[in-house]
Amino acid sequence: MSILVEKSTRVVVQGVTGKEGTFHALACREYGTKVVAGVTPGKGGILHEGIPVFDTVTDAVAKEGANTSLIFVPPAFAADAVLEAADAGVRLIVCITEGIPTLDMVRVARVLQGRDARLIGPNCPGIISPGKAKVGIMPGHIHSPGRIGVVSRSGTLTYEAVGQLTARGIGQSTCVGIGGDPIIGMSFVDALRLFQADPETDAILMIGEIGGTAEEDAAAFVKAHVTKPVIGFICGQTAPPGRRMGHAGAIISGGTGTAAEKMAALRKAGITVVQSPAEMGQAVARVLPAVPAGRRTPRRRVSAGAARNRKGAARRPAARGKGRSIAKSRSR
Amino acid sequence: MKIHEYQAKTILAEFGVPVPRGRVATTASAAGGIAQELGGTVVVKAQIHAGGRGKGGGVKLARSAQEAEQAASQILGMMLKTHQTGPEGQLVKRVLVEEGMAIRQELYLGIVIDRTAGLPVLMASSAGGMEIEEVARTRPEAIVKAHVDPATGVRGYHTRKLGYGLGLKGDLLKAAGEFVTKLYQAFEAKDCSLAEINPLVITGDGRLLALDAKMTFDDNALSRHPEIQALRDLDEESPLEVEASKYNLNYIKLDGTVGCMVNGAGLAMATMDIIKLAGGEPANFLDVGGGASAEQIENAFRILISDTNVRAVFINIFGGILRCDRLAEGVIRAVRALGVRLPIVIRMEGTNVELGQRMLRESRLNFITAQGMKDGAEKTVRAARGA
Repeated sequence: MSILVEKSTRVVVQGVTGKEGTFHALACREYGTKVVAGVTPGKGGILHEGIPVFDTVTDAVAKEGANTSLIFVPPAFAADAVLEAADAGVRLIVCITEGIPTLDMVRVARVLQGRDARLIGPNCPGIISPGKAKVGIMPGHIHSPGRIGVVSRSGTLTYEAVGQLTARGIGQSTCVGIGGDPIIGMSFVDALRLFQADPETDAILMIGEIGGTAEEDAAAFVKAHVTKPVIGFICGQTAPPGRRMGHAGAIISGGTGTAAEKMAALRKAGITVVQSPAEMGQAVARVLPAVPAGRRTPRRRVSAGAARNRKGAARRPAARGKGRSIAKSRSR
Repeated sequence: MKIHEYQAKTILAEFGVPVPRGRVATTASAAGGIAQELGGTVVVKAQIHAGGRGKGGGVKLARSAQEAEQAASQILGMMLKTHQTGPEGQLVKRVLVEEGMAIRQELYLGIVIDRTAGLPVLMASSAGGMEIEEVARTRPEAIVKAHVDPATGVRGYHTRKLGYGLGLKGDLLKAAGEFVTKLYQAFEAKDCSLAEINPLVITGDGRLLALDAKMTFDDNALSRHPEIQALRDLDEESPLEVEASKYNLNYIKLDGTVGCMVNGAGLAMATMDIIKLAGGEPANFLDVGGGASAEQIENAFRILISDTNVRAVFINIFGGILRCDRLAEGVIRAVRALGVRLPIVIRMEGTNVELGQRMLRESRLNFITAQGMKDGAEKTVRAARGA
């Protein structure tokens, strides 16, 4: 299993006839993703590179059964595109667009609260379950199927991490980039909850950065609810305060949101913190032997729902086998 | 994007937020003229983006037009140093001349986006004049907060929470409600990321007034606010950063000697980090964008080598889909065109890596190829020391 996207995922690409939309729709399809529809208002009815195009997401859902949306709409119209997808009943919305005004996202986030639709991004590379489906702009070939969950606020730094894992023969269950903006849909906590419940994820690599308190929230969640080993890296250890480091959300303001604070919070929660970005793969490899070999393939069939309902503490003894226990190796 | 105090007050006045009477001047005699018009005691305030101007000597009280002119002549042209400017200070080109007044109490009022809640948050404090971060650390109980749902805007309960929280009563409570409502309207209409009135004062005659004002704007929303873009003051920004922004390059100048050029913001930050771990100091943050096109590489090089502190350059590109032979071609062309003499360490991932590396070697330029970002950082730091 994997989280959120799998072989059966049916993708509609919003902004499919644009340059970026076309390129990545085809790259996703080539990877094996079911790209069943595209949406470009005014171009409904055409077939674009073999993909049926509709004027509205509602049509794409009704006619092609799309359940996941991938958005390449320009920033001024992207908030509208997200709301349209949610309104059409799409359950997973992946918004790649960078540069959406923050107050637009405030309104979108407010509307999505309490709905079934889950938003990933914006300003993110998307999500991939290696060997199953790619709904994003990441290079597919650097990934390999396996049992590590990866969650990150970054794009190319995630590729770097995945590249390090794959080079060591460590595959990934799902890799999700949650985005570099101040207001995003899916959070670290959401991703950690899903990875914890996923029986085919053994360990989680979490890549954070300066700005905000998402990493601190994640640390608190890990301490309370995550029994799987978590490896963390925070970029921006050398970033000056008060400057926006490329990502709209990557800013140390009023002395808070520093990498040092975040790394301390992660360590306190028992997360293995890597100092160097070159050592992410190595750190994951180091915790893996602690997972008994038998556990690397699913031993028991546990439905995601059942696993989610169990609390961390109750699950821990059963989940850990012999040898250097991961749970123990963390200072709780 | 940041703007000056006088610009923020002009915007706030358009929304009906009460601000002191006053105008901006670029010469001492004009400042004297404004003081004459206002009559009585005036305050002459240096207009730079950095905070802490008063402590640095950038704010002076003047009892007459003549004194105002004198104060302005001292402030204009000075290199004003505050805790936010850096050691060399910031050149003062404008002063704001405002009416002076008796102050009964100083308060704080600010609006920012609360990232965790995903909503704008109103913050008020009775500790006016102090930095809100300092108050949050030392007297968190002195801050009253209320989140605003943009669907409803500011309602009566928000303003009552803030007003009573500040201990206001009667007419002042009512005035505070109007003040907060109008400030929020400005915040929302102009796509602010921060609107801060510090201090918000209660005058001797019982009025509420924005004695200082700070507004910053969401860069992502500037395209729909040409009127705000027009307020940008390039003198307040580093010249290299202004140049970089013309080419959509994310560049931030730092103090080290190891230049770096990276695709993607996260990887660019991580590259700075690993340079430091390798014993060097990064000279900059530079994100050339996900694609790293030949044109972007050339623009990026031009900016990197304009920083004379740079002793070596580390190019760290994780392309994936990107073709490394094309990247190598772009780098070689840029280095030749610009006559770059510095040692350049290149680490790249993508398709055709071997071909790209061979092209670099065969170019006979000063390239050093690296395997992985650790190797790249170490080689660059070594090269920077040797140069």
